[in-house]
Formats: sequence, C-alpha cells, structure tokens
Amino acid sequence: MSITYLPGKEPHPRETRRILKNINREGWNTSIDCYLADGGYEELKKALGMEPKAVIDEVKKSGLRGRGGAGFPTGVKWTFIPPNNTKPVYLVCNCDESEPGTFKDRYIVHQDPHQLIEGMVISSYAVGAHLAYIYMREEFPIAAETMLKALQEARERGFLGKNILGSGYDLEIHLHRGAGAYICGEETALLNSLEGVRPYPRIKPPYFPAAIGLYGCPTIVNNVESLCQVKHVIAMGGEAYGQEGAKRSPGTRIIGVSGDVQRPGYYEIVSGSMTFGELLYDVCGGPREGREFKAVIPGGSSSKVMRTDVEYKTRNPDGTTGKISFFDIPLDLDSIAQYGSMSGSGAVIVMDDSRSMPWALNNINRFYAHESCGQCTPCREGCPWMMKLSTRILEGKGAPSDVDLLIQVANQIEGKTVCAFGEAASWPTQAMVSKFKEEFVALTDPFNACLPHSAEGREQRRYFIR
Amino acid sequence: MSDYAENAIDALIAHHPSPGEQFYPAFEATPELDAAASEYITHYPEGKQQSAVLPILHEIQKKFGYISADAITWTAEKLGLTAAHVLGVVTFYPGLRQTCPGKNHIRVCRTLSCAMAGADSLFNTICTRLGIDKSSIDHHPIGVSPSGLWSVEGVECLANCGFGPNMMVNDILYEKVTPELLEEVILKYQNA
Repeated sequence: MSITYLPGKEPHPRETRRILKNINREGWNTSIDCYLADGGYEELKKALGMEPKAVIDEVKKSGLRGRGGAGFPTGVKWTFIPPNNTKPVYLVCNCDESEPGTFKDRYIVHQDPHQLIEGMVISSYAVGAHLAYIYMREEFPIAAETMLKALQEARERGFLGKNILGSGYDLEIHLHRGAGAYICGEETALLNSLEGVRPYPRIKPPYFPAAIGLYGCPTIVNNVESLCQVKHVIAMGGEAYGQEGAKRSPGTRIIGVSGDVQRPGYYEIVSGSMTFGELLYDVCGGPREGREFKAVIPGGSSSKVMRTDVEYKTRNPDGTTGKISFFDIPLDLDSIAQYGSMSGSGAVIVMDDSRSMPWALNNINRFYAHESCGQCTPCREGCPWMMKLSTRILEGKGAPSDVDLLIQVANQIEGKTVCAFGEAASWPTQAMVSKFKEEFVALTDPFNACLPHSAEGREQRRYFIR
Repeated sequence: MSDYAENAIDALIAHHPSPGEQFYPAFEATPELDAAASEYITHYPEGKQQSAVLPILHEIQKKFGYISADAITWTAEKLGLTAAHVLGVVTFYPGLRQTCPGKNHIRVCRTLSCAMAGADSLFNTICTRLGIDKSSIDHHPIGVSPSGLWSVEGVECLANCGFGPNMMVNDILYEKVTPELLEEVILKYQNA
C-alpha cells in the first residue's frame, strides 16, 4: 500500500520513515480503527507468542540504543532487573521531552499514540511489568487527551487490561502529567515526581532504577522513541534490525533541525547514513539567503557546540590520523562523540554568521539557571552565577578576566552534582567560551558591546559612530 | 514555631490578588473534584496515594485557575499528607501557579531556537498589545492585563523548536507566530 502525505508535509527522499511513518499522512487519524487497518498491533500478537526472555534477547540482538539522550543499549538495560526479584516491576515511558531543540516525541504522541501503546505493551511483557506509566510533560495537553482516548480504546479492544489477547498477561497503563520542570526528564527525578514528592534526582548508586526505582521496586524507564523502536525490532527481527545503519547504533533515528537553515524540521534517517553536510545542505536546504554556517549544536542545548569552520582530527582504522571537515562527520552516536560532542536526543541547532555566541550562551545559561532543581550547591549557585557573568559580558560590563571565570565556574559544576544536569549546564559554557573565545573577549571592551552583532549592522553603525 | 518560620510560610501561601479572579470560581471542595481525586488515587498502587498529588493539583488549577492556600490544605487532607509537603510540590513546578492568570493564558517559549526566531520581540509585542506591565513579570512569573482577560508568561522550551517562535494560548499551540497571526489569535479569543 503506497502512503501519501499531506501536501507540503512530504518526507525528504533521503528519509526512511518508520517511527514517523504515519505523521502527516493523508487520511490518518488517531483512532484505533485507523491503526488496525494499517496492520497495527500485529507485532504485539507476535511478541505475546514468544517467551518474555526471547523478546529481551531479540532487542539485545538488535543493538537498539536508547533515543532519549544517553544512548544506553535498551536490551541491556532491561536485563538489570535483579534475577531473583519478588517485587512488582514497573515500566515508565519518559515523555518529558524538555531538552531545548528536541521535538520528536511530540509528533508520536499527538498523531500516533497507538504506536507508543503497542511498544509499551511489548516492552512491559518482556520485562514482566503489570503496571506502566506514561510520564508526559504538561505542555502537551492535547496529546494527554489523545492518549487517554487511545488508552481507553486499547482497553476496549483487549490490547490492554486483564488477559491481553487471551495470553493470560495483564497490564494497565496510566498517564501521569508533569508540570513544566526540565529536571523531570532525568529518570530518577521523574520517579520522584511520579511518587508525589519534590522531584530531586536520587543519589547514585544504584545507577539504574532497574535495581531500585519507583516505590523501591525495579523500574525500567525508556524514552518514547525507544519504546516505539521496540515494535519495529519485533517486526523486523533483531538480527535484521542490527544490520541497518551505523554498526554500533543501528536503526533509524529522528533528527530535529532548528535554527538558521532553509527547511528546519524533523527528519527520520538511518543512523550513520548521512554526514552533517548532507543533512544541512541537501535535506535542510543550506543556510539562509546570503549567510554562512558558523556553529552547530549537535544534540540539544546541553551538548558541546561545534565550529563548522575548523578541521577535526580523525583516526583511520589502520591507525593513521587525518583531518576531516565538520561537514564530513557522519551522523551517528559514536562518530559525533569521537569528535568531541554528543548526539544526545538528535536535536541539531544551527547558527549562522549573524548570531552572537555570547548571546546564545546567555540564553542557554538562563535556561539552566531557571531549571536547576536546587538540590546540589555547585549547580544551584553555579548556574545563576554563569548566567550573571554572561549577562554582564553581553551588556559590555564585563572584564576580560570574567571570560576565564566563566570557564572556571563551569569546571566547578561538572562532575560535582548528583545527576547529569551539572554536566548539561557546564558543557555549553565550556565549549562556547573555549571555541569562540575571541567573541567573548571582544565584548569585554565596552565600546564593542554597543555594536550590533551582525556584519551589516556593524557596517551601518560605522556611519553613526563617526 | 518561631516568628521567622511563621512569616516565611505566610509569605509562601500569601494571596496575591489578580484581575483574572473574576473569571474563575473561588476554591471549593465540590463533589466532582472529590470524585476526580478519588479516581486518580486508584491509578497508583495500594498505599501510594501520595502519587496522585500532581494530577489533583492539575485538576484544581484547571478549574480554579490557580492553587490557593485552601486548595493546598484540602489536597493534603485528601491524601493524608502535611500541607507543607503539598506546598513543597506546588512551589517546585513552574507549571503550577499560585496567582490567578487571566481568562486566556499565553505562554511564550523563550529558549534558544525560539529566541533565534524572534521570541523576545514576540513577547514584547504581546505585552504592549495587551497592556501588560512587563516590569512586573520579573517578580511574579505571570503578568495579567488590567481587564483580567489576558495573562502572559515566558516559559522554557515548548518542544516545537523547528517552527519558532512558538506560543501557547490556553491549551492550543501556535507556531511560526507573526504579528499578523498574533493579532488574529487575540481577536479570536477576545470575541469568543
């Protein structure tokens, strides 16, 4: 059956639409009838015919890696449940999507809720959970209604509830809405939020809630996209899924491009099948009229910014080293990590030569100062301090030593906090200041700070100053 | 309890009058609210009713506009918690309000991608157009127009970064907001 998409919303020819297959599809709606007519819940029937252990093995064989940001292998995470466990097991779907730049799960929960439900039922069956929660961010009120309706429909048709499809397996899924806190995307904070206490991240170890999680019981926390991928792993078979794309991060992944490109948007591509140059020029149409790319944040605001005009050192398989331009870096988890950043949740933020880096950093610092939960002192005090410093530099009131101080403060936060928020908050500062130091230092000259940031602006301004 | 502690708690639950209050009923423990709360408690395992605090607070905020001191006490009693615990939850989340918003609440995303697309000027335009004092927003997260019909709040990432600037009016998201679209949306809600 050929699929047609709504006019103006067609996928790019280089995309492989799997998770986003039904997004903006002609004649598609969120009802279960529409989903069933398209062959929905077939993988659930297949999975329920297998042993739970076999489902886990299939996911492990596929090499599926989590799509939430850390990229931890999903199948391996599932095996961390203690073997002689007697407590109930819970599955929690992390739909808090709050990393700036990320906008992939939005489309799944708004337009294809049954895909997520099917993936969740399969995953819950595999790990032996009988109660699962979808932790959805508060900013998706329409999706919450859609999801409640979809859950009710699934219950009525026997895909959820007692004795699912006659297999003797019971599962109930509930929706739990957050309330606008970024920290709730951190899995242990999310569990605290679900427990109804102030959502401070929990002290590690245990490093994985699979050992001790919700209500002190083993809990598996997975991202929306990861859970949807499980359905496709079952459909394709683990072996076949693992063959596709980059060797160590197989499958498709959704890349959300925002910022200064001709065609920003969400693109589902086979991991490693494209370089940054192909993504930004062929798929996204290149920079805006008369502009050039300057910097790219490859994985959400917390990943380290990358300059587009420098060469990166590369190591060939035979041990020799070479140089590679930014636009030749392949888009997969390990390659981006190799060149000093991280692919995170696949959120690519592009900045062209009209953007001032101190301004961008100040915006990011304000975000982290606002969202720090306040549990650990280095982060609670350091994030607002970094924000004040970058504001001061931006206003032209900073001294050149403030630029170094900014990096020092960031270094004092990194690795000194309970959760990964400390790293998330300090990496942008470290990377931006070290890679674009000249811009920060230039602003500490009060005269320069009054100048507009863009080249044309400066050109115009020249006449006023004279 | 020391005077200092008492004053601190008083400050946390103090009522801040807002012109928006005329559009929302005052908090009252209605039977429907009680039924909804009891329903939420069943979503969680036996003895874990504390988990229902967020859904119940959402229900209260949806009906009454904000979470008042009475609402906090009622929720605490319903779930067998202390009022301080519920207050701790309310003050943590930016999505839970302790002041009443206007009849229509606008949330403008101000995080990097939207800011690059012009969120700051959108925010300023909204404030000017609706007669909201922007300087007051620094102290209270929400600015309410004198008529009580509108309120505006700058929020972090609405997760639609590819299509900025974004704003949410009540439950509906508007993307790629231009001054023309803003005017259209304002008129639509004003006449509703």
